Amino acid sequence: MDGPDATALGDDDAELVGDLLDGSHRALARVITRIENRTAGYRGIVAALHEHTGGADVIGITGAPGAGKSTLVDKLASAYRDRGDTVGVVAVDPSSPYTGGAVLGDRIRMASNVGDMDVFFRSMSARGQLGGLSMATADAVKALDAFGKDAIIIETVGAGQNEVDVVRTADTVAVLVQPGSGDDVQTLKAGILEIGDVFVVNKADMDGAERTLAELEEMVHRREGPTKGLDGGHHGFEVPDHPDDESDGDADGSAEWSPEVCRTVANTGEGVDSLIETFDAHATHLRESGAIEATKQRRYAEEIRTLVRSDVGALATAEIERHGGIEALAASVRRRETDPYSVAAEIVGPIAECVEADADGAERPESATER
Amino acid sequence: MSAEQETQAVRCLVAKVGLDGHDRGAHVIARAFRDAGFEVVYSGLHRAPDEIVQAAVQEDVDVLGISILSGAHNTLVPKVIEGLKEYDAFEDTLVLVGGIIPDDDETELKKLGVAEVFGPGTPMEETIEFIRNNLPERA
Repeated sequence: MDGPDATALGDDDAELVGDLLDGSHRALARVITRIENRTAGYRGIVAALHEHTGGADVIGITGAPGAGKSTLVDKLASAYRDRGDTVGVVAVDPSSPYTGGAVLGDRIRMASNVGDMDVFFRSMSARGQLGGLSMATADAVKALDAFGKDAIIIETVGAGQNEVDVVRTADTVAVLVQPGSGDDVQTLKAGILEIGDVFVVNKADMDGAERTLAELEEMVHRREGPTKGLDGGHHGFEVPDHPDDESDGDADGSAEWSPEVCRTVANTGEGVDSLIETFDAHATHLRESGAIEATKQRRYAEEIRTLVRSDVGALATAEIERHGGIEALAASVRRRETDPYSVAAEIVGPIAECVEADADGAERPESATER
Repeated sequence: MSAEQETQAVRCLVAKVGLDGHDRGAHVIARAFRDAGFEVVYSGLHRAPDEIVQAAVQEDVDVLGISILSGAHNTLVPKVIEGLKEYDAFEDTLVLVGGIIPDDDETELKKLGVAEVFGPGTPMEETIEFIRNNLPERA
């Protein structure tokens, strides 16, 4: 159905990729638009860019609305620029589930990098895509990476699975917390604690900052606790004080990153430099411990899975159309002529047959190039 | 891949340029655009022409709506348009101006490449309709 050219590069697209690699801002912007729109041929573009990626430190910043993410991103970008790094920012805002419209306001805070084209700031909206948002963000990051940005920041509101997925496309994840944002039970919610490599108490000049800092410190240590406990349980089967245990323990100590808690006042820029140092420390840790390879591989695995799932989903959607459309099928189930399971089996049947025929060794030209 | 759904959206930049602190109109427009299903990037107040150009290029917007109520449109709008041309972005960006613009100036602005000028009291639907009908063709 797709033909073998899902990742083929058209002449225009090849030119666009060439312009992007040559440093044209316009081409970079245009490529990100194609990625967002899923314009025909965008896969070829991303595929062509892939080999040029891998040079950037990717940092994800998440936190509740009003925690100061945009302001902090602005100051971070300017601090990176001060030391000569170029910066890309992808800011993700929610869109209306009713009209699809969105007001993307993160740009308002970008006041420190006026007219500096080496800070490439791009707003993206969720566009109601199921799981597609993290895909689009990851691809936009690739475009910025291939363009040659040294540091790439992904900024998103930390509410719900979608945003967590988005932020997980980063190497280093910072979770922003503002003082007085509730007791420690709030922080336990929604898996926020597990995704953070660095926790930042922003607006640290406000009342209650010390307490929030202390609570986070405690949380982070408690988070370390359970894993260690499990390790202990495992080791419990072995003879205590066995000589082999020593090396085991050492490896554990160096491979495990213990989350840092930092404090910033994004408005004034206080603490931003030391925050960047922490980011660097984490990046160095990832590289030296080899964890970066594992992280990247896990991310690519996820990416492949998402792509395959969405492609297979598209096949299924086409198959539903061939069977008369979802409305007609639903109507026949409502009239008790059939049931949802039988309908699903009927639709998936032909696809499954093709796959099985393929597995039996039949040569199919499509399968060779399908990504 | 043909089966994959394209999800195109109209992207607009609503920009306040120069020393002009009146942003109620820009807010109302931004909201109306959002409700029309557009993706609206709002620039914030007191932006320099350079910043507007930077934002329009990086965000790759289809529509650039400049709101000016300070009377400085004859200085500021040409700078923005020049900047867009510099980045090769003028051809496929629909440039609109909103605000209080005298008739003579309106003619001049349109000669420069502004697609339309919307004065006070323009119904929201008219602006949205105009955008829908005049969206630049993009490759």
